[in-house]
Amino acid sequence: MRFTRLFAAAAAVAFTAVAGTPAEAGTILDAIKARGSFKCGTAQPTPGWGYTDSSGAWQGFNIDVCKAIAAAMFGNPTKVEYVVVTSQSRFPALQSGEVDVLSNNTTWTLARDSQLGFNFAPTVFYDGQGFLIPKKLGVTSALKLDGATVCVLPGTTTELNLADYFRANRMSFKPVVIENADEIRRAYFEGRCDVMTNDRSSLAAIRSLAPNPADHVVLPDVISKEPLAPVVKHGDDQWFDIVKWSVYALLEAEEYGITKANIDKMVAENKDPRIQRFLGVTPGNGAALGLDEKWAYNVVKASGNFGEIYDRHLGPKTPLQLERGVNDLWTRGGLMYAPPAR
Amino acid sequence: MSQLATDFTSAKNLVGPPPSQKGGLALRTWRALFGTPLNGAISIACILALAWFIPKTINWLIIDATFSGTAQDCRKSAGACWAFLGEKWRVMIFGVYPAEELWRPTLVMGLFIFMVVASMFKSLWRKELLYAWAVTVPVLLILMAGGIFGLPAVPTNRWSGLPVTLLLSLFGLVLAFPLAIVLALGRRSTMPLIRMLSVCYIELIRGVPLISLLFMASVILPLFLPAGTTMDKLLRAQVAVILFAAAYLAEVVRAGLQGIPRGQYEASDSLGLTYWQSMRLIVLPQALKMVIPPLVGTFIGFFKDTTLIIIVGLFDFLFSVRAPLADPLWLGFSTEAYFFAAAVYFVFCFTMSKYSQYLEQELSPERRR
Repeated sequence: MRFTRLFAAAAAVAFTAVAGTPAEAGTILDAIKARGSFKCGTAQPTPGWGYTDSSGAWQGFNIDVCKAIAAAMFGNPTKVEYVVVTSQSRFPALQSGEVDVLSNNTTWTLARDSQLGFNFAPTVFYDGQGFLIPKKLGVTSALKLDGATVCVLPGTTTELNLADYFRANRMSFKPVVIENADEIRRAYFEGRCDVMTNDRSSLAAIRSLAPNPADHVVLPDVISKEPLAPVVKHGDDQWFDIVKWSVYALLEAEEYGITKANIDKMVAENKDPRIQRFLGVTPGNGAALGLDEKWAYNVVKASGNFGEIYDRHLGPKTPLQLERGVNDLWTRGGLMYAPPAR
Repeated sequence: MSQLATDFTSAKNLVGPPPSQKGGLALRTWRALFGTPLNGAISIACILALAWFIPKTINWLIIDATFSGTAQDCRKSAGACWAFLGEKWRVMIFGVYPAEELWRPTLVMGLFIFMVVASMFKSLWRKELLYAWAVTVPVLLILMAGGIFGLPAVPTNRWSGLPVTLLLSLFGLVLAFPLAIVLALGRRSTMPLIRMLSVCYIELIRGVPLISLLFMASVILPLFLPAGTTMDKLLRAQVAVILFAAAYLAEVVRAGLQGIPRGQYEASDSLGLTYWQSMRLIVLPQALKMVIPPLVGTFIGFFKDTTLIIIVGLFDFLFSVRAPLADPLWLGFSTEAYFFAAAVYFVFCFTMSKYSQYLEQELSPERRR
C-alpha cells in the first residue's frame, strides 16, 4: 500500500512536470460551468463516508460535501458526477482533470499541498490514529497499554506512529502484523490481539461490524494528526474559493443555528444582520464569490448544516457512533471554525 | 517377431494387467475406493471432509438462512442473509444507474442475451443475423445512453454493473478478434516490415499489465490530448481492452496457423488461390477451429479481467456487488454478496465453456460418427 501510494505520488509529480500547471486563472471553473456539473472524486464505498443506498444513489459524509459544492455552484445539489478514485489513482486523476475536487478522506500534508500542486479546502474531519479495545479489559487510556498485543496493518504510517508512541511513553508492545484489512478485523474479533490500531474513523467502522459493538470501545487517545479535507488543483483560485466557502458555509450555518428545517423561517423573519448577509437577504457575498446571492442558502437547503451532516452519517446515532470531539464547533470547544462571511 | 511387437509385449509387462472387470458395479466401486490401504485412507479422509462440509454448507445456505426481513433479523441467525440480496439485488446488478430508469438496462441485458444466444446456433448463421446485430448495437447504446426519443440522458459514468461488464467484454472480444487475426497473419508474414510491426505490437502489449494500460488510457492520455478535447472514459477503457485482448488472441491464432501442415499452404498455392483467398478458404477455417479451446480460455479470462476497470473509476459488476456492502444499515454481509457475484460469473463462464464444446463438435463434421 505504501509503495503504491509512493508510486502514485511520484507519478503525480511527474505529470506536473510534463503537463505544467496552467497559469491562467478560471480554466477549471469555466470548464465546470460549460459542463453544467462538476466531477467529485469519491473513495471506494466506505460505511458512513460514501456508499450507494438501495436505490443506487450515493450517500455519505463525503458525498454531502460534494452536494454542498454543487448547491453553491449551481443552486442544485444533483449537479455532481461522482467518480470513484482509489488511493493509487486519486492524485493523477485530480492532476489530469478527471475530477475537479477530491472528497475522499485525503489527509492534508505539506508535500501534497506544495509539491503535488494541490490546494486543500478547510478540514472537514480531524481524524487521528487511535485504539480499539474490548470493554472487558477495563482499559480507559492508551497509556495503560504496556505489554499489549497490537493488531496493525504493515507498511503504513500507522505502524510507524504506533512504534513512536510506545517508545515515547516507554512502553512495550507485541505487534500482530496482518496485511489484509478484512483479516485483521477477524483477527481482532477472534482475540488474537488485545487491541487494534488504525485511524479512529476506520476503527469506528470496524467496531460497528462487531457481533456486539457495545463490547468494544475506541479509546479517547489520538496519537497522530490526520486532517481530512477536500482537495483541488493549483491554477484556479476562484474555484478554490468556491470549494472553501462551500465548506465554511456548512460550519457558519451550524454556528448561527440555521438548519435545513428552519432556514426558510430564518430568511423571512431573522433580523440579525450577519444572518441576513449570510443567507443573501442582504446581497454582497454572492457577487464577491461570483455566485448567486442565495449560494449559502442553497448549500444548507441541500443537506443541512455541518452538524446535521455529521450526525446523519457519522454521529452517535449512526452505526459508526463517532462523537463530535475535536470536530465540534469552536464555540463548543472543537476545532471547527469558519472565518466571518462578509 | 517384429520390433514393434516386442516393444508392445515389454510395455505390457511394465504396466501390469488391466483392472479386473469381474464383479458388479458395487464391487468394482468398492475396489476402486478401498482396494489398497492407501486408497482406503484417502477415501475415508475425503468422505469425512465431505460429511463435515456438506451439512455445514446446507445449514448456512438454507436451513439457518434468513430469506426476508431486516439486517437485525439476519444478525440473529447464524445462516446466510438472503434478505440482503433481496434488498440490494437491483444495485448489485445495475449499480449506480438511475433507479427510475432501470427498465432500460434491464431491456438492454435481455436484448443482448437474446442476440448472443441466437448467434450461438450454427443454423442461424446467415446474413440476416449480421443485419440484426447492426440494428441491435445502436439500439443497445441508445437505450443505455438516452438523450433522444424522449429518453433522459444517462452519462456513461452512471452506467454500471452487469450491463457494463457484458458490453465491455463482448465488444472488446468481437472487435479484438479481427485485429488479432491480422496481427497473427502479420507475424507469420514474409514481409519483414509487417512482421516486425506485428511482433513489436504483440510483445509490447503483452509485456505490460492490463491495469497499466487502463491507467494510461484513463489518466495519462487526457494530458496529451489538446486542451478542451475529451474522450469518453468508458470508450477509452474499451479501446484499452480491445488493444490488450488483440495481442493475446493474436498469439492463440498464430498457434493455430502454425498447426496447419505445410502441405495445405502449398496445395492452396498450387490451386492458384491468392494469399487472401487461401487464408480465408483454406488456412483460417482449419486454424481457428483447432484453437477453439485456448480461444475460449482467453475469452473467459478477459470476461473476468473487466473487473480491473474499477481502477480507473468505472463500475463493473463486481464493483456494484461490493458497493452496497458499505451501507451502514447492512454491514457485514460480504459472504452473501461474493457468493452472488461468484454464481453470476460462473453461469456466464460455464456457458461459454460448454458452448465451445458444442461448437467444436458442430464445426468438425469429419470427426462426427
